[in-house]
Amino acid sequence: MPEGAPSALPIPPVLEVRDLRTVFRTRAGDVHAVNGVSFAVREGELLGVVGESGSGKSVTMMSLLGLLPSPPAEVSGGPVRFEGKDLLQAGPEELRAVRGGRIGFVFQDPMTSLNPVFTVGFQIMEPLRKHLGMGKRQARARAAELLALVGIPDAGRRLDDYPHQFSGGMRQRVMIAIALACEPRVLIADEPTTALDVTIQAQILELMAELRQRLGMAVVWITHDLGVIAGIADRVLVMYGGQVVEHAPVEALFANPRHPYTRALLTTVPRVRGERVKRLHVIEGQPPILEAHPDACTFRDRCPHAFDVCHRLNPQRYPVGEDHDAACFLNDPGLAPPRPSLEVVHG
Amino acid sequence: MLAFTIRRLLLAVPTLVVIGLVVFLLLDMAPGDPLADQPLTIPPEVREEMRRALGLDQPSWVRFGLWLYQFFVVEPQVAVDHLFGTSFSEGKARVISWQFKQPVMDIIAQRLPQTLWVVGSAYVVGVLIAIPIGIVSAVRQYSVLDQIGTFVSMVGFSVPTFFTGVLLIVVFSVNLGWFPSIYDTQLQVTDWGSFLQQLRQMALPVFVLALFNAAQISRYMRASMLDNLSQDYVRTARAKGMDERTVVLRHVLRNSMIPVVTVIALGVPSVFGGAIITEQVFKVNGLGQLLITAINANDLPMVQTLTFIFAVLIVLFNLIADVLYGVLDPRIRYD
Repeated sequence: MPEGAPSALPIPPVLEVRDLRTVFRTRAGDVHAVNGVSFAVREGELLGVVGESGSGKSVTMMSLLGLLPSPPAEVSGGPVRFEGKDLLQAGPEELRAVRGGRIGFVFQDPMTSLNPVFTVGFQIMEPLRKHLGMGKRQARARAAELLALVGIPDAGRRLDDYPHQFSGGMRQRVMIAIALACEPRVLIADEPTTALDVTIQAQILELMAELRQRLGMAVVWITHDLGVIAGIADRVLVMYGGQVVEHAPVEALFANPRHPYTRALLTTVPRVRGERVKRLHVIEGQPPILEAHPDACTFRDRCPHAFDVCHRLNPQRYPVGEDHDAACFLNDPGLAPPRPSLEVVHG
Repeated sequence: MLAFTIRRLLLAVPTLVVIGLVVFLLLDMAPGDPLADQPLTIPPEVREEMRRALGLDQPSWVRFGLWLYQFFVVEPQVAVDHLFGTSFSEGKARVISWQFKQPVMDIIAQRLPQTLWVVGSAYVVGVLIAIPIGIVSAVRQYSVLDQIGTFVSMVGFSVPTFFTGVLLIVVFSVNLGWFPSIYDTQLQVTDWGSFLQQLRQMALPVFVLALFNAAQISRYMRASMLDNLSQDYVRTARAKGMDERTVVLRHVLRNSMIPVVTVIALGVPSVFGGAIITEQVFKVNGLGQLLITAINANDLPMVQTLTFIFAVLIVLFNLIADVLYGVLDPRIRYD
């Protein structure tokens, strides 16, 4: 975190999502993967999205751009406002112009995300030629610039290399170069460092911080690594069961988490300093697979504070501070929480 | 790649010599007498004389050595003489067919065009229809088109050609009279009329064989496309804003072709081997039919030569498949 998080709303959102819902209609039944997610990404900020596997982080982002195969995926709700358009209503051609052109995407596994039979140069030039209408030579020159920008030495010559001639970290740099090719307003990075080892992860994080500063784009960074979030995010969305359970500026989230799930997540982070715990903390149980739109708190079965209302109603997002909200009845002044124990547990 | 190809070609030589020897020994040990069809009235000493004339009195290693010499030295010389009007092969004995009393290679040269026309074009047609079917079946998986493609493939692959062939003859030759049921080998293509006639007589056997080939290859194509359509790089291509056409026909197709090209290349030798049953059904006197009659007549030089040529083609197309694999897939390098 370089400086204080943007506190109030004056910075206009570039991407605004309201009540997004995604259902997978499979033969075995419906799976409600995203259940009314709303958030906004502001100009130039880095929005972290955390949650364990299956919490709907990636599906949310893929739903925005129509990247999920349909059938089985069915995206509804909205609007998803981006540059004056509703992306959910946009036609396929309009959507393709946004994908790769105005919104870049970096995926998790760089080993498989590049096409093995085309050169890296070709794969970077593809969006340049499509979205910016560049000629071959111009696109090639720009591709070399991009490779240099993401820190690949001898960029001009490496354009003719194939993905298998790059290491994992270098491939992820190539993926970032592809995503940045058309200078997008928003970059969505879906666990971009999860498949990399820690030193490479550190390099990529540093690179992203630098590129963000230089290019001034907004970034949505999906991860399940809270350590990464603490280091780079301005604001954080915590997702669970396909819903946003807490949303806060990064310091507020770490200093004063207001949702039991967020707090549970924070206790799972192993500490390097201080006395070593005998066993790593885990959150008992599994995230739910929702066969219908939730009508009760999705975290209730794993929540140590669950009380009767939690089994009957799905909590709304209660504002708990400046730019900070949490979807938990413990934050409802009208409902008397049985155990008013919402201080920070760890320390 | 070049070094790899040369190394493989050199390695192929001992492989082929061993194959030639095994084929020779198998034929030599097999029961049967090339003079069995001669009249019983021929006196034993004349019969013995005839055996000597065929070289059957020699020990097997001499006969094998002689065949090797004739096949690898004399026959290429004949070919060169034929092409350039030279006379290297003059007075040298060639591989002679026992049943036709003519050089084996001359007969093969007569029969090869029929086989290539019918079986070869059936293979080409089969591949050309199999690839689009495979692509469509995969992209529109479980759609009506995919179901039809799957059904036709299953039928084409599981119903034997002697059944489909006869069925087509009954329907199209006997009842409708659209196509001839017998392939006329004597037909010379000289003008439009004879060309159309050639096409008409090819239609049924080509259709039967193409259906069979397409059934197999379209399945490979579909499986390979499906395998690649779910890969991460496809999602990347879509996230770059590429349209579906580019995603499927450029990104996915190129990857999917790698295993399919291998299958196609490995299938080419069987074209030269002829389609024995289909050739019989439609009376195409191609190489398959030649091999069958040669086996029946105990024409060992013919069987030996044909089998060996098939072996050469199989070894060669294995090599071609490997080289194509390396060309299509940059991850594979043979240096």
